[in-house]
Amino acid sequence: MSTRRKVLIVEDSGATRELLRAAVESLIEVEVHTAVSGFDALKVLPRHRFELIITDINMPDINGLELINFVKKNPHYKDTPLFVVTTEGREQDRDRGLQLGADEYVVKPFVPEQLCELVRRYLKL
Amino acid sequence: MVAPRALSEFIAEANEILEALGRELLALEESGLEQADPDRLNAVFRAAHSLKGLSAMFGLESISRLAHHAEDLLDALRLGKAPLDQALLDLLGQVVDMLQEMLGEASRGEDSTELKERSEMLAGELQQLASGGGQDTADVLDQVGIDPQVRAVFTEYEEHRLRENVKKGVGLWKVRAVFSLEDFDTRLATLNASLKPLGEVISTLPSSQPGDDSSIAFDLIFGSSKEKAELEGRLLEGATLAPLTDKMFSTPPPPPPQRKKAPLWDDKSISGPALSPLASFTSTPSGLSRLATTPEPSLRSLTNTVRVDIGRLDGLMNSIGELLLIRSNIEKLSDAARQASGPALPKLWGQELQREVRALERRLDELQKGVLDVRMVPLGQVFDKLARLMRRLVRESSKDVVFDVSGGDVELDKLIVEELSDPLMHLLRNALDHGVERPEARTRQGKPPRATIGLVAKQQGNHVIIEVRDDGAGIDEARVREVAVDRGLVTREQTEEMERRELLNLVFQPGFSTRRDVSELSGRGVGLDVVKTNLQRLSGLIDISSRRGEGTTFTLTLPLTLAIIRALMVKVSGRTYAIPLNAVLEIVAVKDEQLRTIEKREVIEVRGQTTPFIRLARVFGLPEEKRPVHSVVLVGLAQQRLGLAVDELLGQQDIVTKPLSGRLRGIPGVSGATELGDRRAVLVLDIGALMEELLRTQVAAS
Repeated sequence: MSTRRKVLIVEDSGATRELLRAAVESLIEVEVHTAVSGFDALKVLPRHRFELIITDINMPDINGLELINFVKKNPHYKDTPLFVVTTEGREQDRDRGLQLGADEYVVKPFVPEQLCELVRRYLKL
Repeated sequence: MVAPRALSEFIAEANEILEALGRELLALEESGLEQADPDRLNAVFRAAHSLKGLSAMFGLESISRLAHHAEDLLDALRLGKAPLDQALLDLLGQVVDMLQEMLGEASRGEDSTELKERSEMLAGELQQLASGGGQDTADVLDQVGIDPQVRAVFTEYEEHRLRENVKKGVGLWKVRAVFSLEDFDTRLATLNASLKPLGEVISTLPSSQPGDDSSIAFDLIFGSSKEKAELEGRLLEGATLAPLTDKMFSTPPPPPPQRKKAPLWDDKSISGPALSPLASFTSTPSGLSRLATTPEPSLRSLTNTVRVDIGRLDGLMNSIGELLLIRSNIEKLSDAARQASGPALPKLWGQELQREVRALERRLDELQKGVLDVRMVPLGQVFDKLARLMRRLVRESSKDVVFDVSGGDVELDKLIVEELSDPLMHLLRNALDHGVERPEARTRQGKPPRATIGLVAKQQGNHVIIEVRDDGAGIDEARVREVAVDRGLVTREQTEEMERRELLNLVFQPGFSTRRDVSELSGRGVGLDVVKTNLQRLSGLIDISSRRGEGTTFTLTLPLTLAIIRALMVKVSGRTYAIPLNAVLEIVAVKDEQLRTIEKREVIEVRGQTTPFIRLARVFGLPEEKRPVHSVVLVGLAQQRLGLAVDELLGQQDIVTKPLSGRLRGIPGVSGATELGDRRAVLVLDIGALMEELLRTQVAAS
C-alpha cells in the first residue's frame, strides 16, 4: 500500500498537465493522479481518497466551476482542498470560483516552486 | 528551462489546436455568418484560449500575446458584443497562419524580429476590432428569477447563452438524468445529441447530491421553444423535465433590436468571392496589401506525431496478447520435443506446431494491419488547410472561383499526407493562376462566369486517387509544342509523332513552363517537374488530361501506405528483386517467338492489348540467359501497362522498404531496398519510374 498523499490534477491540455504533474511530483510524498476532463474527474474521484484537487476552469465537457460546485457540495469530498490553476483572467469567473469554495486560485503561467509551496501547506508536509 | 521532450509535446499540442482552429473557422464561414452556431464560436474561442495558456506555460510570450488578442476578440464575438463578418473571419484566418509561422520558428528555436513586428501589427488590428462592442444593458436574467445557486456555477459565457435564450423568449428547462458512473459520458453525449435539434443545451451540471456510489445525476440547462409535451416525448428513458424557474413568463419579451453590422464591407462583398481585388484592398481594415509580401505559410504540420484513436491501440494490444499466448504454446511444444526421447517426434506435435504457426501468421497479419491503421490519417488534415489558402487566394485574385473539395475522409499514411501538401498547393495555384479564366473571358465563351476548381479524393483498392481539376481554358497543345521545342526538350519532328497525351506530359519535364507572366500569386520558380518528383518519391504517379476550352485535370495516384508493402519477389540473373504487389496485374508466360518488335522496341500481346516488354536483366545491366519461354510480370499503374521479364518467381512477401542510401540512390527504376530474413539487401522496383523511363526512351528513340 502506498502511503503517499494522493493529488488529483484535472487539465485537458496534455502538455500543461505534464508540467503540473512534474511540479507537484517533485514532492516525494505525493502521488499524482490525472484526469483529462471534468467528466474524467467525475469518474476518477470516487476511486481514490484524494487529499487535494487541482483543476483548470476552461474544459470541454463540464467546466471547472461546475466541478468545484460538485466537489464542494458533495459530502464525500467537500473538505478536500481544491486549487484552481487557470489562465482565466476574467474577474467574474475568478470570484465565482472562490465563492463556490475553491481554496486557492493560481493564474497560469504558474511558478512551479510557488505551486509546490501551496501544495505543501495544504497537505501539511 | 523547458526540457526538449516537453517542448516537442507543446509543439504537437499547439499545432493540433491551430489545426482545429483553422477547421472551425472554415466551418463557420461555410455555415453562413448569420446563423453561426454558438457552440462552434465557443469552440474557436476555447482553442485560442487554450493556446494562450499553453504557450504562456512554455515561455513563448509572443505566441501567447497574439493568441490572447485573438481570444479577446473571440470572447466579444461569442458574448455577442461584436458582430461576426467576413473581414473579421479573414483577419482570424491570418492570425492562424501567423501563429503557425511563429510556432514553426519556435520549433526551430528561432526568434526573428520581422515576424514579431508583423504579429504585433495583427495584434493591433485584433485589439481595434475587439474594443468596438457595447455593453449589455439591464440584465434580463434578473427578471427571470433563476436560483442563484444554479447561476453561481455558470461562466460568463454560459450566462450570455442563457440571456440570449431568455431574449428569444424560449422556455428554460432543467433536464435531470441519472446515469451509471461507468458510461455517463456516452449516455450524456446521446442525450445532448437528442436535445440539440430541439434547442440549446446551455450547461451540463453534475449534481452534487450523492446518490448511490455507482451512479451520478446531471442537470442539463436547456432552452427550447418547443412545448413541454413534445420535449418529454423526445427524452431518453430516465431523464425528467422541469421548468428552470418558477416565473415562466407568459409573454415573451420583445426580440432584441437587430444589431447593425459594422460597415466594413458592403453587402455585396459579403455575399461571395465575386468582388474586385481593389474593393477588398480598400475596404478591409486588415491590410491585405501587406499579404503580397508575406511569405506563404507552409501547410505542413510541424510534428511527426500521430494522434491515435485509443480503440486502434486497444486492437494492437489485443493482437500482442494473442501473440504472447501463441509464443507460450510454441514454447511448451518445443520443451516437450526436447524432453521426448527417441528419434521420431509423434505426428501430433507436428500438427500442433503447424496449427500454432498458422495462428501466429494470422495474428501477425492483424498486428501489421493494426500498425498500418495507426499510421493512417484523413486527407482532410491537409485539405482543410488548402481550402483556407484557396479562399484567400481567390479573394485576392481577380477571378470568381468556387473551390469544391470532397473526399477529405479518405485516409492515407501520415507520411504521404504530409508530403502531399506542397504538390497539391502548387497544382491548385496553377489552376487558379493559369487554368481558369477571368469572368469576362468566360462569359465571352458562353461559360458561366464563376469557375470551379475541384479537389477530389477517392480510394480505389490499394490506391488513393486525388484529382485537381478546373473548368478553365485547358492546355494549349500548340503552345506546349512550341515551348518544348524552344527549350530544346524535344525536336519538332519528335513532337509531330507524339500523341496528344504524350505532348501534354511534356509539361512535367524539368525546365518547362508556359507561364507567360509571373502573377502575384504563383509560387516562384517551381515547375510541374518538382511536383512530379515529389510524387515519385511517394511511389505515386501524376497524369494530366486536358481539353481546350473545357478544363484540365491532374490525376494523382498514390499508394495507401509506404511503410510495409506486399511484394512479389523475383529472381533476375541470380539476384532477387521485389516488385510492389499493388502494381502487379498478372503473371503470364510468353514464348520467345511471340515477341514482336515495333519501332525498335519489344512488345507483347496480352489480351489483345499491345504492351511494352522489358527485360529486367537488361535494365540493370546483368548477363542474360537465352530462354524459350519468358516469365512475364504484367504491371500497371493508372492507364499504363508494362510487361517485365524475369527468370524466376519466388512468391509473395511483406517487406519494409527503406530509402536507398549513398551510391545506391542513383539507380534508375529502384525506389528503395529491403532486407530479407537472411540479411541480404533486396532492391525494390519503382514501377512508376520504369514506365517513365520507357516513355522517355520511346520518345527519344522515335
